[in-house]
Parts: sequence; C-alpha cells; structure tokens
Amino acid sequence: MPRMRKLLVAYVMAFLPLLFPFGAAAQLSIEITGAGAQRIPVAVAPFAGEAALGPVITAIVKADLERSGMFRMVEVPAMVPVPTEASGVNYAEWRSRLADALVLGSLAVRPDGRYEVRFKLHDVVKGADLSGVAYTLSRDQMRATAHRVSDYVFEKLTGIRGVFSTRIAYVVKRGPRYELQIADADGAGEETALASLEPIISPAWSPDGRRLAYVSFENKKPVVYVHSLIDGKRNVAANFKGSNSAPAWSPDGSRLAVSLSRDGGSQLFLVNPDGSGVRRLSSSNGIDTEPVFSPDGQSIYFTSDRGGSPQVYRMPAGGGEPQRLTFEGGYNVSPRISPDGRVLAYITRNGGKYQVATLDLTTRQTQAITDSDKDESPSFAPNGRMILLATVVGGRGVLSAVSSDGRVKQRLTISAGDVREPAWGPFMK
Amino acid sequence: MRAILIAIAAAAGLAACSSTPDDEQSPAAVEERQQGAPAADAATTQPVKPGSVARVDLTAGKIPARAPHTDPGNILSRRSIYYDLDQYNVKDQYRELVEAHAKYLRSNPKLKMLVQGHTDERGSREYNIGLGQRRSDGLKRMLVLLGVKEDQVESVSLGEEKPADPGHDEAAWSKNRRSDILYSGEF
Repeated sequence: MPRMRKLLVAYVMAFLPLLFPFGAAAQLSIEITGAGAQRIPVAVAPFAGEAALGPVITAIVKADLERSGMFRMVEVPAMVPVPTEASGVNYAEWRSRLADALVLGSLAVRPDGRYEVRFKLHDVVKGADLSGVAYTLSRDQMRATAHRVSDYVFEKLTGIRGVFSTRIAYVVKRGPRYELQIADADGAGEETALASLEPIISPAWSPDGRRLAYVSFENKKPVVYVHSLIDGKRNVAANFKGSNSAPAWSPDGSRLAVSLSRDGGSQLFLVNPDGSGVRRLSSSNGIDTEPVFSPDGQSIYFTSDRGGSPQVYRMPAGGGEPQRLTFEGGYNVSPRISPDGRVLAYITRNGGKYQVATLDLTTRQTQAITDSDKDESPSFAPNGRMILLATVVGGRGVLSAVSSDGRVKQRLTISAGDVREPAWGPFMK
Repeated sequence: MRAILIAIAAAAGLAACSSTPDDEQSPAAVEERQQGAPAADAATTQPVKPGSVARVDLTAGKIPARAPHTDPGNILSRRSIYYDLDQYNVKDQYRELVEAHAKYLRSNPKLKMLVQGHTDERGSREYNIGLGQRRSDGLKRMLVLLGVKEDQVESVSLGEEKPADPGHDEAAWSKNRRSDILYSGEF
C-alpha cells in the first residue's frame, strides 16, 4: 500500500500545475550536485502583511535564491510581532542560527489601491545594514517585484547581476502543434508568441529583448522570420532559394548572421533584419552554420565541417580567414559565447552521447559540464553564470540548466509536451 | 450469413429485372424472332452482329486524367530515396527512379519540383539542416545532369524536423535519412 500511495501522490503532483494556471504552467525541480558546493546561508523572513494580502513575495524570493544554486535557505522561526524592514536586528541571534545574511520586508496596500513592497538586506556576519528598496506597484506586478528583490539580494551578496527578472524563449511540440513560448526565467507566466502546425527552430532574442528571430517551416522549407513580441508583427528576413536558417543577432541589433544554401551548400551570410542587404561572409566546400557574434561584435563563431568533421571556428565579423578552435573529438557544434566573451560553450559528441562542454578562450582548457545523453541548444544567461539547454529525459524533451562550472544542475519541466530550442533573453533596460 | 445476404440481394436484383405484366400492352407489338430467321420488317431493324458495340462516350474531356506522378501504378509516385549514415550520394538502386523523374520533368517543362532533404534525429538541429541540404542538393544535381532545367527544381532541407518514423533506433533512423520529391500543387 505505501508504494501505491507514493504513486498516487506523484500523479497528483504532476497534475497540480494544470489546476493552478497562474504561474504554474511550468515547475522547477532543483538537483544540486557537486560535493561541498559553497552556498551562502540566507534567512528570508516572511514579509510582514503578506498573510493578509496573499503570500506572493517571500516564496518567490526564496525560490529564486535557492534556484541559483548559490544560496541555502535558513529556517526562520515564527516571530511575534512579524519583523519588517524597519525592525532592529539582533545580529548575534541570527549568527547563532547560522545565517550569513537576512532579508526583512513588508507588503502593504496604499490608500490609492496600489501596493508597497519594502525590504532591507542585512549582512549578519559583519552586523551591517546593506540597505534595501521600496517599490510601488499594481497587483499584476507582484511577481516582477519579487524578482527584483531577488536580483538586489543576489547582486549585493555575490557581486554578480541577478537574472531573476529575465525571460526565456523555447518551443513546445504537443501532438501536431508547435508553439514558440516566452516565460519568466523561473518558468512562470508562459505566453505563446507563435503557434504553428509546422516546426519552429532556432529562436534568437534581439539584443533589446523586443524581437525574436527564428526559423519556421510553414512554407515547407526553412525560412528566417523576425517577430516583434509586443504586437506579433513579423517579416521574412531570409527566404532565398534553398534553405535559410540559424539566425544570430549582431550585438547592436543591426544585422543577422544566417546560414543560406542559395549559392550551393550551406554558407554564412549577413542580412538586415528587414531582409535587405544580403552579403556573403564565408566560403568553404563544407557546411558553415550556427553563427554567433562575439559580445564586442568583432568576431563570429560558427560550426563548419570544412575540415572533414563538424568543429567550431572563429572568423572576423567582416569576413576573413577562420581559425579552428575545437580539436578534441570528431563532433563539436552549436557554439555559444559567454556575455564576457571569455568562454565558449558548445555541444560535443562523447562516445555517442551529446553533451555540453566549455572552452576557456584564454587558457584553451576544455571542460565537460554535463554527462547526459542528448543535450542540444545551449544558451547562456545574460550574467554568464548559468547555461540553459534542451535535453531528453524519459523519452521527452525537457529544459535543463547547469551552472557554467558544471556544479549546479536544474531541471525545468513544462507540464505537457516536448520542449526544445531554449534561448535565454537579455537584461531588459 | 453473408451467403444468405448475397442470395437475398441477388433475388431482389432479379425481381427488379423481371417485367411486370402490362395488360395495356397489345400482343401484336411483340415480335417473335426465330433463330437465324430475318425479322419480318427488315427495313426498320438492323442485324445485331455478335461482339460489336459502338461506344458512345459522354465523358470525353470531362474527367481529368490522373497525373502520372500521382498514379500509384506509375514509378513516378515513388517519391523517396534513402541514404546510409553520413552519406548523401544517390545509391545505384535509386538510379532508375531518378531517371524516371528526370524524364518526366524534361517532358513537362512547366512542372516544378521541390526536393526536401532529411536526416535522422541525432545531433544539432542546424547542422542537420546542412546535412539534409547536401542530400537534396545531390539529388537536384543528378536531375540537372540528366537534362532537367536548373530552375525547375528547388532543393531544400527539413533536417531532422519531419521524420517519417518517430522511433529512436536504427530501424527508424534509416527511414528518416531520405530525400522526398514533391511536384507543383503539393507545395
């Protein structure tokens, strides 16, 4: 009987997200691996006033910080009265609870019907107040505000900019339908940008986060589109004879690098997002594809099998002789460059398994950072700390995230369907 | 049970055919023909030659003829050629098929063809677009060498995105490594 009950609980848990559509379309399970992972113990006290107005802020902040893999939540005892950002703090008491940092806050309704969220961050070790922020917001900005609290805490304690307020794009296949989805970085708030009965691949965020380029097969061949998220307007960026695919934005958003077969064989070209100004970039007798710009816009990394097997190369963005960068193994593809330009992530085939690896461009050291089986489409978070990727678990396409050093791994599960082709969006101004 | 139904149907059919007695009919109108003897009124009747029937065709020009490339009995309705792993050359066993399609295109210069190259599911989706393109380009090249006009054929790739078999083993993969031929009206 106990086993039956466990199965029943598992089934109920799997379907719960379908019962609560708001922010629960996707759920995250965290698997933190890596011995002795150094996580900062932080106590997030329940925001005062939340019990009456609806528990939104505290849970999201805790989930954000925990999901980053860099924090461990310290249990907070029930306190009367519930402390707020204005409360005095007994640092010794929090040190005895083994917290390095403490977040205290409050949520209140204003006379005009809007809300106020205030919080303060304390460095328990130093016994110092690290300041905080007050926000005025409408009800529908609750989740976004919680993510901003998480960003603040994360950056103050690690020195790294948080990505909790960013969005991700991915494709879900359900039966014959393909949907290009946009969601918050924690998987909540999923919205459909494009629904189609033909495949969609290679979504790429414009640097300002307002548009996506992608490849659609709605014309029975691959065609590159540029799609404005706010109004759904889209235009064809490349539909030449043959195949048009692998769009990548230049850092200033003015050009797309693409792979076109119009001149015979897949080669790299540049084209303006409105489809004008096509010019050839690479020339080889092989397949040149998967271009990505370096963050300074000076180089393009790409996949080419001009040497007999698919490997990662780099060439000047204006054209010129490419340099081979990968030398281990016979299949290295899908290059992605970290936001600071120093690390290349890519997919390598290792004994028949497709895995994520990184190449430090300064030291030229490579490192395998996953040891799974069918990894695809790696995508750096805009702070360079996490890599989002597509993989297959139990025969189903799912998204996974791994820290760029490989130590923290997470699984992002969308409630139904086959998920693939993730792309992490930029910091928004 | 089925035999009984057939029997009933047959009986019903026969019943429908049998003439109902018509009391109005005057016996004089019924001619009796004797074997071999010419009819009484030779001027208004024609001799019936056994085995010859003049055909009156009311359908001429009204039923569209079935296009050869959609006729299941025609080699042109075979539209796929298959490849070994990492290969994109047209194997000898498909030569006759490709020649048939080439001849058809040469005879119908206004007809257009789309060749879609495919791969199995393994590896990068975008690199597989490139590999599928090698396959469709190879087939197009062969057609052009056989005299087909360059602008009659477009070669594209669907990579791994539209497998013929959704399985995850070599049996499925070998069905997915292919080029598909489509004619005008199908794309």
